[in-house]
Amino acid sequence: MADVAQSEGVLVFKPLDQFIISPLFGDGPIYWYTPTNLTLWLGIAVVCIYLLFVVGSSGRSIVPSRIQSISEVIYGFIYKMLDDVCGQDGVKYFPYVMTLFVFILFVNYLGLIPTSFVATSHIGVTVVLGFGVFLGVTVLGFVLNGPAFLGMFWLKEAPLAVRPILALIEIVSYLVRPVSLSVRLAGNIMAGHTVVKVFAAFAGIAALSPLSVLAIVAIYGLEVLVAGIQAYVFTILTCVYLKDAVKPHH
Amino acid sequence: MEGNIGELGQYIGAGMGAIGAGIAALGVANVAGNYLAGALRNPSAAASQTATLFIGLAFAEALGIFSFLVAILLMFAV
Repeated sequence: MADVAQSEGVLVFKPLDQFIISPLFGDGPIYWYTPTNLTLWLGIAVVCIYLLFVVGSSGRSIVPSRIQSISEVIYGFIYKMLDDVCGQDGVKYFPYVMTLFVFILFVNYLGLIPTSFVATSHIGVTVVLGFGVFLGVTVLGFVLNGPAFLGMFWLKEAPLAVRPILALIEIVSYLVRPVSLSVRLAGNIMAGHTVVKVFAAFAGIAALSPLSVLAIVAIYGLEVLVAGIQAYVFTILTCVYLKDAVKPHH
Repeated sequence: MEGNIGELGQYIGAGMGAIGAGIAALGVANVAGNYLAGALRNPSAAASQTATLFIGLAFAEALGIFSFLVAILLMFAV
């Protein structure tokens, strides 16, 4: 347990040490090409996604096997969500939305394996995802609608005197979108895993109080729920922002 | 107790950030409670609004996460 150290007889417990990125081979500085535990677990997530979706469905049977029906359920869920929110105009962006959902879902759940590393707890990973969504939606809005995309900020329902202030507020809340998307995912996952680590320290007193093991199970269950919900929330917010770009009138 | 006053400021600031996260819990519970009240009045319309529920929960929780982020930044990035 690298997180528990002893200094002068006092037990020092560092729950945040689980998020340290370290190179896989040796101890040198980390360049952009250095394999680290972060890149290892990102790679494992991609391999797992490939195994589930490509290899599992390679039979392409009309009556799906069990593995194929898992991928069909996920496909149908995201397709229905995108269709409900954006309509048929938005359905052509399904590959991107599906990639986001499946990637975040797998990285979150793989991070729940004990002693693994969860990549989405790092703001560096989620910022790329969030800014990708923001830039994509903004570029798409201007390509599809031209300058009329800016009409999204000029609310016709409000009285004329209030519109400039409301436009300013709308612009600020639009610019906050990438920040909120990335910080929401990273903060939830990091906070959840830190809490699990802190509760896991209570296992030391399990001989005295079996209640500590029950507490760990409960908080781990909450983390399983949060992992799935955060992937869903990221994806449904992407769908809502896509709807703003594809059909800019509220 | 030992340590410099800068560290003391860090710890106190992080503790105040935790209060912000507690207030966000009230906001999230507000969203969920209103959804529940509406769902019990009109159960057939409840299923269509689960997406709105999750979006509302996400927005309310995000601001609590921002407060937690401030606490973390004060503790480790100052």
